[in-house]
Amino acid sequence: MSEVIHADHHDDHAHGPAKGMLRWLYTTNHKDIGTLYLWFSFAMFLIGGVMALVIRTELFQPGLQFIEPEFFNQMTTNHGLIMVFGAIMPAFVGLANWLIPMQVGAPDMALPRMNNLSFWILPFAFSMMISTLFMEGGGPNFGWTFYAPLSTTYAPDSVTYFIFAVHLMGASSIMGSINIIATILNMRAPGMTLMKMPMFVWTWLITAYLLIAVMPVLAGAVTMMLFDIHFNTSFFNAAGGGDPVMFQHIFWFFGHPEVYIMILPAFGIVSHIIPTFARKQLFGYTSMVYAVASIAFLSFIVWAHHMFTVGMPLAGQLFFMYSTMLIAVPTGVKVFNWIATMWRGSMTFETPMLFAIAFVVLFTMGGFSGLMLAITPADYQYHDTYFVVAHFHYVLVPGALFSIIAAVYFWIPKWTGKMYDESLGKLHFWLSFIGVNVTFFPQHFSGLAGMPRRIPDYALQFADFNMVSSIGAFIFGFSQLFFLYVVIKTIRSGAPAKGRSWEGAKGLEWILPSPAPYHSFTYPPEVKSEEVHG
Amino acid sequence: MSTEAKQKTEIKRTVKKLALIVLGMCGFVVALVPLYDLFCEVTGLNGKTGGPYVFDEARTSPDTSRLVKVNFLTNTNQGMTWDFWPQKGAVRVHPGSANTVSFYVKNTTGRPMIAQAIPSLVPSSAAEFFHKTECFCFEQQLLQPGEELEMPMRFIVDRGLPKNVSSINLSYALFDVTERVGLPENMQNVDNQVSPVAGG
Repeated sequence: MSEVIHADHHDDHAHGPAKGMLRWLYTTNHKDIGTLYLWFSFAMFLIGGVMALVIRTELFQPGLQFIEPEFFNQMTTNHGLIMVFGAIMPAFVGLANWLIPMQVGAPDMALPRMNNLSFWILPFAFSMMISTLFMEGGGPNFGWTFYAPLSTTYAPDSVTYFIFAVHLMGASSIMGSINIIATILNMRAPGMTLMKMPMFVWTWLITAYLLIAVMPVLAGAVTMMLFDIHFNTSFFNAAGGGDPVMFQHIFWFFGHPEVYIMILPAFGIVSHIIPTFARKQLFGYTSMVYAVASIAFLSFIVWAHHMFTVGMPLAGQLFFMYSTMLIAVPTGVKVFNWIATMWRGSMTFETPMLFAIAFVVLFTMGGFSGLMLAITPADYQYHDTYFVVAHFHYVLVPGALFSIIAAVYFWIPKWTGKMYDESLGKLHFWLSFIGVNVTFFPQHFSGLAGMPRRIPDYALQFADFNMVSSIGAFIFGFSQLFFLYVVIKTIRSGAPAKGRSWEGAKGLEWILPSPAPYHSFTYPPEVKSEEVHG
Repeated sequence: MSTEAKQKTEIKRTVKKLALIVLGMCGFVVALVPLYDLFCEVTGLNGKTGGPYVFDEARTSPDTSRLVKVNFLTNTNQGMTWDFWPQKGAVRVHPGSANTVSFYVKNTTGRPMIAQAIPSLVPSSAAEFFHKTECFCFEQQLLQPGEELEMPMRFIVDRGLPKNVSSINLSYALFDVTERVGLPENMQNVDNQVSPVAGG
């Protein structure tokens, strides 16, 4: 690897981007790779979104109208897998690629070639996974959590493709994370101490550690599945002495840190946007850093709250209940700090700020329904109902996804050198905000009334809630096509943006001209105190 | 140039450390399986009962002051059509005494099959105090078409059973393991309806 960096460095001084389409295949430039990640994740977002709309179309009315239950199961499974591994995670990696080197004053990522590899693995992984939908017997139909033996003994034949696709995604994430950590720890400009780093860099540093810790666990789980299916082992097969409950433990040992992998970078983004548009310093920078670190630590000791109903001794239930509720403390610190940052600020409400404020409000609601789910005796009623669906969509859609959209509006002037159309951006925000609430708010009620998740049909009593939910889903879905239009319009005909595109923006990326030059900070910048976030 | 070279070695060192974490976590997953089994064996959490137990009747006297009810439940796994039930639904036993019960099983299909019974015990706090000296679940049963069998199970409830446990539920799930284990060679020609399946 050291030779690679050496060679690259010397090339860097001489060239701009290469000509032709092959530029994108061979590129080792962090900005190019960031762009690739972002477009890839948007494509996956649309594919996963179409699957969501197939689900909502079928659920528009009770009874089976459009698709077979078997296909419905494939849609719920693939929607979950694609949104988690294909849309949210690569979008955050794309943002990390674009922003981290600029924010710490580095010329590029630490391992540019590995960076290229970790992106280009993904299209193969997802083509492989999506292609299973067209195979005989269909694609994965066992839920995104792929509980064994549903995903082993009773799985479609194509499950092996799914297993290898997960292996590839894991390899990509691990390489990406190693790259991010190596960049942050070794390539900061002189004077950029750890406690002066921007919050997005901090949250990604911690997220990357979570990734390298749990991705091997996921790889281990699918490898055991592979052995159970093809090599006659019995890790999860009760007939051979294995234990299906062990699958759930291993999966959620990966799965719970995974859900924080999808939210910690969002915390970082919001911690940039709110101070910018409140024109104040972030309130409680140090406590923000420690809160993120505590959330990351706690994420490793709460996994069994996903499986209260498997049968657990009282001591276990109490432990996982209390440790889960403990997470509300550092999360509450963060929400408090964002609100305190806005307190008496001279606020303006440009599109990124609107998405960021919606994030704070709606993510907190998702957090509160999470606290309800953490109450073990209550969880017995909520388990596997639409209440859970409403909960995790509130933290993932107006949570993680809104933060990504906010980040795009916030940094697109830096990426393209052009300003988006403010009124179109605001229209996009209000459509998304109304759409997301109309879709997911009624699901709290149908869930509390007992509607089970992952089922293509439902009792008549849930008909109204589901119809409202489906209408909201279509509003939300089409407003994201509108987002695509806004972004393309910005790239093609946006007004020129200033280097410091926002009045209150702080950080090293804003001392660069807009668009950011192909090679930035070849010589480390001076870290001035007025550019430091904390 | 020297700072650049220094940075390169530092990056190398970081990557090596991170690779070690990844390897360590891979090792952790491998170790998870035996650790999970050990954890369950100690705590009885997954309801599994222990292997063959050596019982010295001369050295243990039954605790006649208390009676523990042992309920027997049987079920067959999906796709398993054998008849399978306990001859007695429940027995009352003194802790420390050896008891024998039996289970009835019949291959109702037209082909030879191999079955494996998997025990599960509730409450889990009783699992380590339930000993079996003889059990059909220690081995597999190969039954010819229409063949039936009385299967004995000899058990002792340990005198150390927690005082608050007054009844124990022991459930057996019967699994078809014919494809997994494979029939002996001289029977395989009878077995022409069974198609080879990759899935375990």
